[in-house]
Amino acid sequence: MISRFRQIAVFSLLALLSSVLHAAEADPIKIGEITSLTGKEAAYGQSAHKGTLLAIEELNAADGVLGRQLKLITEDNQTKAGESATAARKLISRDKVVALLGEVASSRSLEIAPIAQSSKIPMVSPASTNPKVTAVGTYIFRLCFIDPFQGPVMAKFAHEDLGLRRVAVLTSVSSAYSVGLSKFFKERFLSEGGEIAIEQKYSEGDKDFRSQLTAIKATGVGGIFIPGYYSEVALIAKQARELGITAVLFGGDGWDAPQLMQIGGAALEGCYYSTHYSPEDTSPAVQNFVKNYKARFNDETPDAIAALGYDSALVLADAIKRAGSTEPDAVRGALAATRNFMGVTGNTSIDADRNAAKPAVVLAIKYGRINFFKSVVP
Amino acid sequence: MEFAQQLLNALSLGAIYALIALGFTMVYGVLRFINFAHSDVFMIGAVVGSLLGNHLPMGTWWGGLACLLAAMAVCALLGVVIERVAYRPLRDAPRLNVLITSIGVSLLIEYLFQNEHVFGAAPRPFPPVFPSVLWQWQGLSISSNQLIVIGVALVLVVALELIVYRTRIGTAMRAISLNPRAAQLVGINPDVVVAFTFALGSALAGAGGVLYALNYQSVEPLMGVMPGLKAFVAAVLGGIGSIPGAALGGLLIGGIETFIGGSQFSTYKDAIAFALLILILLFRPTGLLGRRIPEKV
Repeated sequence: MISRFRQIAVFSLLALLSSVLHAAEADPIKIGEITSLTGKEAAYGQSAHKGTLLAIEELNAADGVLGRQLKLITEDNQTKAGESATAARKLISRDKVVALLGEVASSRSLEIAPIAQSSKIPMVSPASTNPKVTAVGTYIFRLCFIDPFQGPVMAKFAHEDLGLRRVAVLTSVSSAYSVGLSKFFKERFLSEGGEIAIEQKYSEGDKDFRSQLTAIKATGVGGIFIPGYYSEVALIAKQARELGITAVLFGGDGWDAPQLMQIGGAALEGCYYSTHYSPEDTSPAVQNFVKNYKARFNDETPDAIAALGYDSALVLADAIKRAGSTEPDAVRGALAATRNFMGVTGNTSIDADRNAAKPAVVLAIKYGRINFFKSVVP
Repeated sequence: MEFAQQLLNALSLGAIYALIALGFTMVYGVLRFINFAHSDVFMIGAVVGSLLGNHLPMGTWWGGLACLLAAMAVCALLGVVIERVAYRPLRDAPRLNVLITSIGVSLLIEYLFQNEHVFGAAPRPFPPVFPSVLWQWQGLSISSNQLIVIGVALVLVVALELIVYRTRIGTAMRAISLNPRAAQLVGINPDVVVAFTFALGSALAGAGGVLYALNYQSVEPLMGVMPGLKAFVAAVLGGIGSIPGAALGGLLIGGIETFIGGSQFSTYKDAIAFALLILILLFRPTGLLGRRIPEKV
């Protein structure tokens, strides 16, 4: 009798164990990530990737989503045009991902978006600020503010906080981001009664800006708006100071990378830029994120792109949770219904155009470090 | 004053193009092929300079010169190794095979250096190894770095001209370039001469890398691609195979790029530079200072 009871006990224990094991073995939820781990904008891609990876690891440590683990499949587009589209096709058709995260750069998000839209797979861009990205279709979302918001914010800031009336604009013509930001900046600055004394242009990857800067110097403007990426901005700042230009330089979130200060150093003293978050924010969510990120990645302080990468994974996971399914249409619906999600980059709601509406932060470079200057609410 | 400033900008940019162009021209002169890995040797020169520079006191003349010489030495050695491993086995193969191999070597170096464990893809600051002074004079800003770039380039071009026209090995290089078989008959060892040519050309590229990084203060694995392409154009423009031609071509490309860059057509500076190249080649197929090489029968 005892042995019979024992048999049943052992059997039921085994059954229980196998069901637990089976649950743990349930297929992971596959999420595709397209980013630049190599190439000239790799600093952004790697930041976004690290943020996303941290979020996925934290979610998995907390038993994943819907009782299933998350599996992040990362594709490197090498910062090259065309590679993102190939990666998107591969992730959707071969890996059968539930959703796509990426890209940081607007130009490359615009490659992925039409493919995600036609395959009806939701895509969440962490940091593409060009308005055209989410306009591609109903499956495309973003977690950052857009250029028509950021450009005017900086125009207003230049006019009111810096007291500038005559500025120069230095645009990177090979980046949709820079061209967009310049356009919205100019419109607002002109309507505030300001004057654009000169507009100069360069291309991504250029190293020599002395010729453009020499032309700008001749106009004697008080400020130069540079809506570019840190890799060029740092060099522009150094060369501007070498040419004896003392004008205040200011720009957008493309400046936000640890390498900006490493390369630009003292040349950036007294410059300003707008971005999505400040690691100095004292809210527990931000401080906790900064602490975990530093512990995971070599004591690096996360930049705004890392924070957006982190939030993009969390918002997607939250949508899958609320949808109660990994079916792309249900996830898309839940993403669109995201309201007041408290991420590290602020309170995120997805609006009717699938953009995140959230405040911008203006940072000032003073005494060799980056300081919080003010927060601008739309 | 704006014109004088642009002229100075053009000189410092053109001097670097000239240094890289010399490497293209020398290898072409001796072996009749374009070594596309040359622009990556240029990048490695900058990397070596920055690695060493981080361990030296900043802003000293001896520290700066040590960086420059170290980069030249490492690149010279690297040039010899690349030639030995990748090009010598193909010496008797069609020129096209060697050309394609050099593109392969170029991509190999670029992607190797983008690996996180080697260098990483993100740009890194270049340490200010030379003393840095900024002179302001009537609105003209002259940085000591720009003058160093121009000065070092000038010294190297003169040194190269002396080596090629005043030494035995230089004579051997010219002999091989004129007629490889006849040169061998009079007792010239082509392996030694070719290795020397690569060492010399790569050392110039290494110096160019350090000067470029000094001028633009950042280093990254793909930094050689555009300057390499422009220098190649400069070499062809000046007349490939000609040393003064490469120097002239470099200065011309630097000048065109700078003056168009400061105008309203700045976006088209590369396009205009290349269009000009096509025009010149249409009317002077051998370049500005190139000589017509008679077809051997």
